[in-house]
Amino acid sequence: MTTVGTSVPRVEDPSLLIGDGRFADDLAEPPGCLHAAFVRSPHAHARLIAVDTAAAAAMPGVRAVVAGAEVARLTSPFLCGVRVAAHQYALAIDRVRYVGEAVALVVAENRYLAEDAADRIEVAYEPLEPVVTSDGALAPGAPVLHPDAGSNLLHERSFSYGDPDGAFAAADHVVSTTVRYPRNACTPVETFAVLAAWREGEGSYDVTANFQGPYTLHTVMARALGVPGNRLRVRTPPDSGGSFGTKQAVFPYVVALSVAARIARRPVKWIEDRLEHLAAATAATSRTIILRAALDGDGTVQALDWDQIEDCGAWLRAPEPATLYRMHGNMTGPYTIGSVRIRNRVVVSNRTPTGLMRGFGGPQVYFALERLMDRAAAELGLDALELRRRNLVPADAMPCTTAPGAVLDGGDYAATVDRAVRDGGLAELERRREAARSEGRLYGIGHAMVVEPSISNMGYITTLLTVEQRARAGPKNGALATATVAVDPSGAVTVSAASIPQGQGHRTVLAQVVGDELGLAPSQVATVSEHDTLKDAWSIASGNYSSRFAGAVAGAASLAAARIAERLRSAAATELNTTVEQIELADGMARARDNPDNAVALNRLAAQAHWAPLSASPGDTAGGLRETVFWTPPGLREPDDLDRVNSSATYGFIHDYCGVEVDPDDGSVRIDRYVTAHDAGRLLNPALADGQIRGGFAHGLGAALFEELAYRPDGAFLAGTLAEYCVPRATDIPELIVLHDHTPSPVTPTGARGLGEGNCMSTPVCLANAVSDAIGAQVDTLPLTRPRICALIGEPEPPPPDRMQPAAPRGPELRQSGVRSVAMGRPRLWAIITDPEHLVRLIPGCHSLESTGSRSWRAVASLGAGPVRGRFVARVRFVEMHEPERLEIAGTAEGPLGSASGRATIRLEPAGDGETDLAWDYEVTVSGTIAAVGGRVLNGAVRAVIDQAFARLAPEPGPGGWLGRLLRRLLGGRR
Amino acid sequence: MKPASFAYARPDTLDEALELLAQHGAEARVLAGGQSLAAMLNMRLVQPRVLVDISGLARLDTIDADETTVTVGASVTQAAVLRWPGLAVQPLLAAALPCVGHPQTRERGTVCGSLAHGDPSAELPLVLAVLGGEVVLQKRGRRRRVAASRFQRGVMLTDIGEDELVTSALFPVRRGPLGTAFREVSPRHGDFAILAVAAVADPAGVTVGFGGIADTPLVRRLGHLEADALADALNAIAWEAGGDSDMHAPASYRRRLVRRLGAATIREACDALPRA
Repeated sequence: MTTVGTSVPRVEDPSLLIGDGRFADDLAEPPGCLHAAFVRSPHAHARLIAVDTAAAAAMPGVRAVVAGAEVARLTSPFLCGVRVAAHQYALAIDRVRYVGEAVALVVAENRYLAEDAADRIEVAYEPLEPVVTSDGALAPGAPVLHPDAGSNLLHERSFSYGDPDGAFAAADHVVSTTVRYPRNACTPVETFAVLAAWREGEGSYDVTANFQGPYTLHTVMARALGVPGNRLRVRTPPDSGGSFGTKQAVFPYVVALSVAARIARRPVKWIEDRLEHLAAATAATSRTIILRAALDGDGTVQALDWDQIEDCGAWLRAPEPATLYRMHGNMTGPYTIGSVRIRNRVVVSNRTPTGLMRGFGGPQVYFALERLMDRAAAELGLDALELRRRNLVPADAMPCTTAPGAVLDGGDYAATVDRAVRDGGLAELERRREAARSEGRLYGIGHAMVVEPSISNMGYITTLLTVEQRARAGPKNGALATATVAVDPSGAVTVSAASIPQGQGHRTVLAQVVGDELGLAPSQVATVSEHDTLKDAWSIASGNYSSRFAGAVAGAASLAAARIAERLRSAAATELNTTVEQIELADGMARARDNPDNAVALNRLAAQAHWAPLSASPGDTAGGLRETVFWTPPGLREPDDLDRVNSSATYGFIHDYCGVEVDPDDGSVRIDRYVTAHDAGRLLNPALADGQIRGGFAHGLGAALFEELAYRPDGAFLAGTLAEYCVPRATDIPELIVLHDHTPSPVTPTGARGLGEGNCMSTPVCLANAVSDAIGAQVDTLPLTRPRICALIGEPEPPPPDRMQPAAPRGPELRQSGVRSVAMGRPRLWAIITDPEHLVRLIPGCHSLESTGSRSWRAVASLGAGPVRGRFVARVRFVEMHEPERLEIAGTAEGPLGSASGRATIRLEPAGDGETDLAWDYEVTVSGTIAAVGGRVLNGAVRAVIDQAFARLAPEPGPGGWLGRLLRRLLGGRR
Repeated sequence: MKPASFAYARPDTLDEALELLAQHGAEARVLAGGQSLAAMLNMRLVQPRVLVDISGLARLDTIDADETTVTVGASVTQAAVLRWPGLAVQPLLAAALPCVGHPQTRERGTVCGSLAHGDPSAELPLVLAVLGGEVVLQKRGRRRRVAASRFQRGVMLTDIGEDELVTSALFPVRRGPLGTAFREVSPRHGDFAILAVAAVADPAGVTVGFGGIADTPLVRRLGHLEADALADALNAIAWEAGGDSDMHAPASYRRRLVRRLGAATIREACDALPRA
């Protein structure tokens, strides 16, 4: 009986459902375990002048304080695929380059004390001008993030396949689009967790972390720590609260915590909090793409011309710039396109470094390609579906090598489309569109077709090198997967694999695959999800990424089980006095096919293998029963001399379409129906497969409509909680119609292709196409928030009524002016407001100023707005003094809640009658926590505080009313 | 994300609670459901010396209704009000409550806590303002009632004195034919509103309030206007308020919603008004 292909219930679930999961934070803490808290930059870009840790180090319970200097002393910079003069360490050394960048860490007896002490670390910054867009990064005269690199452009290469020049010259139509894919992330429930120990006696680090791979990064970590790989033991916990790629980026923290453990000489644990995760963990790359297509009159796409600018954030952190190259072989999508030109540029900006994220390069590429297909259809007057159909790779061309080198390994794309159209009910949606439009409603239909690559070629990233550089470096290729199957003396089977599951159900499928080979029920096969680099088999490609499990890792497990099965059959043949070919394994028995009564129990065979190795069947010299298989997909060669690369082992196909209705009043999108049709080859467990598709759809929907890791133009990060970073909730996600075709992959042992990432690639652009169709406007960026859709609908705003002075616009920037009449002459008022004792009034909660030079002061103040209050170090200086008319003040405030900087101009104007008008205007920007966790509310609160401060600038009036005025007039100037 | 250290007190009587507030003043914060405060504590945005937990005060855990007023005690959760059998006398409150957070947060979050927090986009302060309700404040030896319009003074700024406790909120019960409606647009259902609109129509006109467009709920009284006149009136309100631009929406979008969501909500309230 085979269970592969059936929806076996997840073996993982019973433990999870009874609360017996073992997530990273559940694992027992070793005796003496300390806890870490990080100090992070509130600035997008600043020079690090000094990190004063003295006060923190003296706090109760603090065992160590680690800053950049210690990290520079004990580690080397991280390796990266592009050699650039930008040396990244686990903590900032002399400059910070994004809000949230780790500057120091405190190790204390518990996390509370660690955070108390972290708040006492005083960091002196000298702010630098930030760069927060790729356009800004490339602008002439832009601030350079890594001065030694000389430019924010850290990589550029161009590629040409076929004859793009000829195709564009001969084209009947040239269509182009420019799109901007935003920064977003996949936001697992469980954040990063690291528990690090230093084994002084062995000179080794022992780390447990919810790291997900790729294990290329093990080398990066070991190199940074200056130890051979066997002195950096990395263990992963049994259960995961999700990753979707993000937990690749835990690796710099493994290094930081390892250093801390070494300095503290105690194990150190750190659990990332949500603000840290959103601000500083990782993100998908934002990308600007100019894409052009050359088309014949009948709609055949002859050539594509890609111009991509990838923004990787502040650092190129391994494995970046892989996002840009992951799709390289399949930049033609599911279409037959003979000529392709690609220009790739990678820039850095003052935002969190990017990394692995479900879809990895696909959302960006298909957002451009599938928007362009819609534009081309409109330009040619063709139906958007028809234009796509005309260009699909035909079934008889399979396997098909694309112009940039991908080997599309099978499928009948046109048949899958036909099935989707039929079984998903496209005709019904088209009727609904017609009916809605006849009533003036905004209804649209969108399509997207993608190939979904899986099992990445370890050599694809080397496409970024020149042919000569590659020749010097030596080849990188393949994608080694590994699994181990063991049978113990009682005949019990255990399977382990370096797949580092993150909730997908790998253990269930491993039990199915192995059980089928050995004639056992999945429930009889024990599976191990935790991994230990010191004891378990692994290789450079190990880990949980590029949808490599079903095709590669489950394949390796089935091969390992087949080897065990072969040995058992051989032993059984001897025992049963028949031939190996006669033996079948079923129901825990080995029996002769022709005579099922001639049988022996598997546990007996297993016992013999362990108890009587000398009696093993001839030829079985291995002894024991444990097989580890390393398997790599064939045909995953390094890039060739023409830069062609088969960047993935296998390629699934997806056709998505949907009908949406847009509400013109508020810009909301109602998804009427969403159909997603896949050919992911053989489905090992259909229920798990559908779960992956639904999850990918939810991520894709979030990217399309809700999610953005938003930054202000001044580099402040704005999306620090899940109230700002709007992940869709269950009620936001409609029911999905999932359809499958099952053309087996000829490449993988299981016939399966990856399918967990595809909807992250297809759904954002499918929804964008549908919204575009509904509102009749071009969508060129995401997310399609309601305000953005309203802006695209583009009706002019009714003007304010006549004679009405509209309220001043209030943006995130804090700008305000005010004026107050003061009953005294200018000279006297000037003397008062320039008196430092009076200046104290401008800084609420401040009681004394300390002079730090001529006309500059420093104060420790407790600043607050409503209930919100924090300790800040304020610095104020008089920039310009034009007595008695104008005073310009500049100031900064730095504290655990963030930083603020601002300027104010104060003017004194004679108002007659001995009075003076005191006028002020100010501009303040805030950054750090206070901007990231509730800008919606806190911005208004901060404004109120500043306004109050300026209102207090004028000296307190004496007795009020006419009597006071009279008294002041009588006594004016003589007080 | 751990709070700074604080002392925790869970008084058994109201007098004890008021005594604690008298003693600690600005150093104390009142904890009811903690749905805003606990998050702010964890992010260290607030660092009180003393947390006075009033969830154990049975006296404040009641909903009382008479001919003129529904009185909601300070430790009554939003979920308890939603479950209260008499809620039909307060249709606006009934319409707004499902938009306040989620079932999980409503089980702990209190009505008075939301008022005391003073979020400019929150639904409950808007409802209280549109209904012309009051907040009861108490300190040792003194009790006072403050009209909603004077209670909320700015973003997270209220009229609560350092030693005062909100003990209840008074939602007036209006007599005669009424129509009510509540609508909001938020990034996702349950989020704080980008714009919330509450309307109560009576035979003489409509009281309409907007949350999320100004620092405090903005309440206006309009006559029964024809469509064009209503559009003009809403346009004037939109421009008068201006609105903030933040990461969720530009000010122009908020003004758009004042016009469109405002009109739809007023229409709904008027349609619900029983015809004489």
